[in-house]
Amino acid sequence: MNTLTINDIFDNVDSIRGKLDTNVHDQITEALYTDAARIADRAVTLPNEKPRFDFDRTLDKIVTSRIWGFPLMILLFTLVFWLTIEGANTPSAMLATLLLDTIYPALKSTVGTIGIPWWLDGLLIDGVYLATAWVIAVMLPPMAIFFPLFTLLEDFGYLPRVAFNLDNMFKKSGAHGKQSLSMMMGFGCNAAGVISTRIIDSPRERLIAIITNNFALCNGRWPTQILVASLFMGALVPSYWGGLISALSVVGVALLGVFFSFAVSWGLSKTVLKGEVSTFSLELPPYRPPNILQTIYTSVIDRTLVVLWRAILFAAPAGAVIWLSANIQIGNLSIAEHMINFLNPFGLLIGLNGVILVAYIVAIPANEIVIPTVLMLTVLSTGAANGMGAGPGVMFEGSETETMALLSMGNWTLLTAVNLMVFSLLHNPCSTTIYTIYKETGSVKWTMIASLLPAAMGVGLCFAIASVWQLFIG
Amino acid sequence: MAVGTAVPKFHPACENCAIHNAANLKKLGFNMTNWDYMVALVGNPNTGKSTVFNALTGLRQHTGNWPGKTVTRAEGGYNYSDSNYKLVDLPGTYSLMATSLDEEIARDFVLFGQPDVTVVVVDATRLERNLNLVLQVLEITDRVVVCLNLMDEAKRKGLKVDERCLARDLGVPVVATSMRQKEGLPELLKAVDEVASGKVVCRPHRVKDLSKKIETLIAPLVKQIQSLFPTLPNTRWVALRLLDGDQRIIEAVKNGELGKLHQNTPLTLQLEVA
Repeated sequence: MNTLTINDIFDNVDSIRGKLDTNVHDQITEALYTDAARIADRAVTLPNEKPRFDFDRTLDKIVTSRIWGFPLMILLFTLVFWLTIEGANTPSAMLATLLLDTIYPALKSTVGTIGIPWWLDGLLIDGVYLATAWVIAVMLPPMAIFFPLFTLLEDFGYLPRVAFNLDNMFKKSGAHGKQSLSMMMGFGCNAAGVISTRIIDSPRERLIAIITNNFALCNGRWPTQILVASLFMGALVPSYWGGLISALSVVGVALLGVFFSFAVSWGLSKTVLKGEVSTFSLELPPYRPPNILQTIYTSVIDRTLVVLWRAILFAAPAGAVIWLSANIQIGNLSIAEHMINFLNPFGLLIGLNGVILVAYIVAIPANEIVIPTVLMLTVLSTGAANGMGAGPGVMFEGSETETMALLSMGNWTLLTAVNLMVFSLLHNPCSTTIYTIYKETGSVKWTMIASLLPAAMGVGLCFAIASVWQLFIG
Repeated sequence: MAVGTAVPKFHPACENCAIHNAANLKKLGFNMTNWDYMVALVGNPNTGKSTVFNALTGLRQHTGNWPGKTVTRAEGGYNYSDSNYKLVDLPGTYSLMATSLDEEIARDFVLFGQPDVTVVVVDATRLERNLNLVLQVLEITDRVVVCLNLMDEAKRKGLKVDERCLARDLGVPVVATSMRQKEGLPELLKAVDEVASGKVVCRPHRVKDLSKKIETLIAPLVKQIQSLFPTLPNTRWVALRLLDGDQRIIEAVKNGELGKLHQNTPLTLQLEVA
């Protein structure tokens, strides 16, 4: 046998191609299909009678209907948020009583008897412990309700239907239909959402999905939304409507985020990220009865506790930083007060205030600690420390009336509340997400765009709202 | 294989019983040191690959009822019948034609990763479409176990799926399972073990209905590939991929990567080729 080389193989391939009149690819595919059909046909016995009522198909007709699809979607998510808001109140209050009203004083008095330096006591207990305790009290109950509910919807098979409903709109905005799935993940956590854009093959559409993922309101921002909504929006109506109105305004903000997701995708695909929209097939999986106990177990362990742990990891050092910045004096004022005074004019211009802006700078590692920081800094800047909080740099949790009283001392208005909700939706992603974006894109430029674009939009929109507000309402 | 184990503590008959061995399944989680066999999990999206993965490894890779959830491959380990297994969960795909990144990851792993066993997880309620993928896997590798999953759902829909008929037609073991209820797990473990250890030798179905013309034309090409890469179990498939202009395979032929595959495979496989 004469020696064969690899080149002979390729010569042979070329010569065979020349002799073939049909497309090999199509032939192979066809052969595969024929064989698959034949084998499946032999193995499967169909039911004698067609079931009279096909549950899946009927349900799909309703939830993906042109008319009912969107209202049903909004209704379902409102229900989920309402259950979360209403259900979290009592356990949150109980946790607050335990961690802040019982353990905190106990810790303080124990430490008092040992006699450690005041600054160490302050740094560890008033700073680190309180920040951590606050995050647990505020975040654990809503997450322990929201995540299982969301996972149940997911396991049941509803999420692909949402993706189906949104697909057309994403396509129209020049993005990939699968972006609806990564957006869904983003509602849990933006960092996870950014990673999940890997399911999108085209680099152009993937970049769009990464940049716009931050517009999906992540769970770290709900405590802010939920608290501000129940304090200010819920208070606009009689108390029995309060829960519903709060839930609706949170859903409103979430929908605003979805809207911006479309708008920015559209803008990007018309300017810097021009290109063809790729098509894909999305299979609507069958509805499956969720395995309720297992879902609750895995969503509590995998999602709730993991997210909570992350929040604690960031809250603890942040608590220390806040305490230090409130207690280290330069001139007559603490560092925190210097920053608040510096940012206050700009904050007021866009319908917020210096305290909120400082809180957002402090809270870059984790959105979860925005509200505790806001409260602590408000105490500091209004000098309300004697009556309400326990001293500079001490985060605390009051009842809703106390919090409300404190916020009105800080000159909070309905405008501040509305703009805080808007700004909470539209600002830079948390540092974990920024790092994830960098890892996924490998580009400083796109990471910067993804981080700064939403912040710029937030400042712009808040400014617009504030201007219109002052024009009409004063 | 249980080489050099001391006197068994249990009845000798237990040793070959799937239920006994499954009861002694050790979920090793992330611990994948010193594995004896590597098992790849492939399947269409949303057929329960991640559920199988979790049931075997004890890991809690998130499962969800929507396609495209596993974005990269996940790895874990388990111990069964005195062998350590490394399990790799690949992204769900409908085909291995490598037209998308997911398909490429799955295809490259099954081909170049040379798993000892490839488990194809199949949705019993959508058998025909799922078989497309099974047939493509069978073109690439001999050592396959089909996990006919979601049998509970098939039953609910009134479908009867005959796994023995399927096994005969496909030429590889087929195990009926309802993984969400952990039904069929012992049988699956046993089948994987038997294929991995070579106790069961597969005679996989290869696609027939190609036109006479193609078959005659590629026959010499297949021979050429075979003599250049004598260890390959899937020369006909390689020939077809070359004809189709598959860049990754063309490259693998050119740089000799293909020739290095399967060189340490047991004798049984090489006999199959010859």
